[in-house]
Amino acid sequence: MAAKVSKGEPKALDRRAVVRMLLANRGKLLVIAGLGAPAWDATDAGDHPLTFPLWGGMGGAAAIGLGLALAQPQRRVLVLTGDGEVLMGLGSLATIGVQHPRNLSVVVLDNERYGETGMQASHTAFGVDLAAVAGASRALAARLGRALPSRYLQAGPAAARGAEP
Amino acid sequence: MKAHWSQGLHQLFKQQGIRQVSFVPDAGLAALIGLCEADRELRAVRITTEEEGIALAVGAWLGGDKSVLLMQSSGVGNCINMASMLSACRVPLAMIVTMRGDWAEFNPWQVPMGHAAKNVLEEMGILVTRADREEDIVPLAEGALRIAYNTLRPAALLIGQRLLGAKTFDD
Repeated sequence: MAAKVSKGEPKALDRRAVVRMLLANRGKLLVIAGLGAPAWDATDAGDHPLTFPLWGGMGGAAAIGLGLALAQPQRRVLVLTGDGEVLMGLGSLATIGVQHPRNLSVVVLDNERYGETGMQASHTAFGVDLAAVAGASRALAARLGRALPSRYLQAGPAAARGAEP
Repeated sequence: MKAHWSQGLHQLFKQQGIRQVSFVPDAGLAALIGLCEADRELRAVRITTEEEGIALAVGAWLGGDKSVLLMQSSGVGNCINMASMLSACRVPLAMIVTMRGDWAEFNPWQVPMGHAAKNVLEEMGILVTRADREEDIVPLAEGALRIAYNTLRPAALLIGQRLLGAKTFDD
């Protein structure tokens, strides 16, 4: 599929399609979907008893994923979230880096916008690089290119683990 | 020699099946944090701000773990919006809050949040009790943990500054 998550690539991702792909063969994957569009994306992929979509607690999705990953070390946990939410809880990336759970992945659907409130620009539109923040916080981090989700389930913590195109 | 209340709380956490303890470092909680970090059966999680601890507790509960969140009273204000999740999703959580801006405080910046902490917690639907005598800490904490996890709601124990010993400007 034509894919773009990060700046500088030619075509935008269809976020619904990306999330459907991420969740297609989920097995017993535990999913936290952050408020705003990620919760809709996850729901669009199909209601599932192991998905917890958020409608509040902005900034908390990654930390919820951490608490769940620590409680269920034998299960994989995926946090689907957006740039606005991650920016509100940047410190939780540092907390995840210290705990270093190998079963946690955080995928940020970074559209550089606050979608729910009218598509206002977020800090990432001005060049703030969330993958770099995550990488500096001891997570395995990568901007996902066209080869998008093929390796996101590798041992974490991963902020977004993928092959470059 | 009398055991420090931190040892009683640490034992209580074990008895009550607590698995995760999150905290922002604090002088009044230093001994308890040390005991939790040294205990391989507890997961001690240092957080960067107290609201992270609320979110962490929600995730822990989704995964079946009981948790306790430790903080100084100044951290109560950092939790307000995140605490909405506790009532919206009926998530239990026990909080242990050491007071500043309380008895004999020297730092004027601590006073507003110290003064407001109890009301802020209660306004967010969190049950609050307060210990002002050392011998009350463990029994009141047990009450907070039990009501939290038996009735599925958040409960906080405040530990008064007179009990902890107020810092002075020279400390």
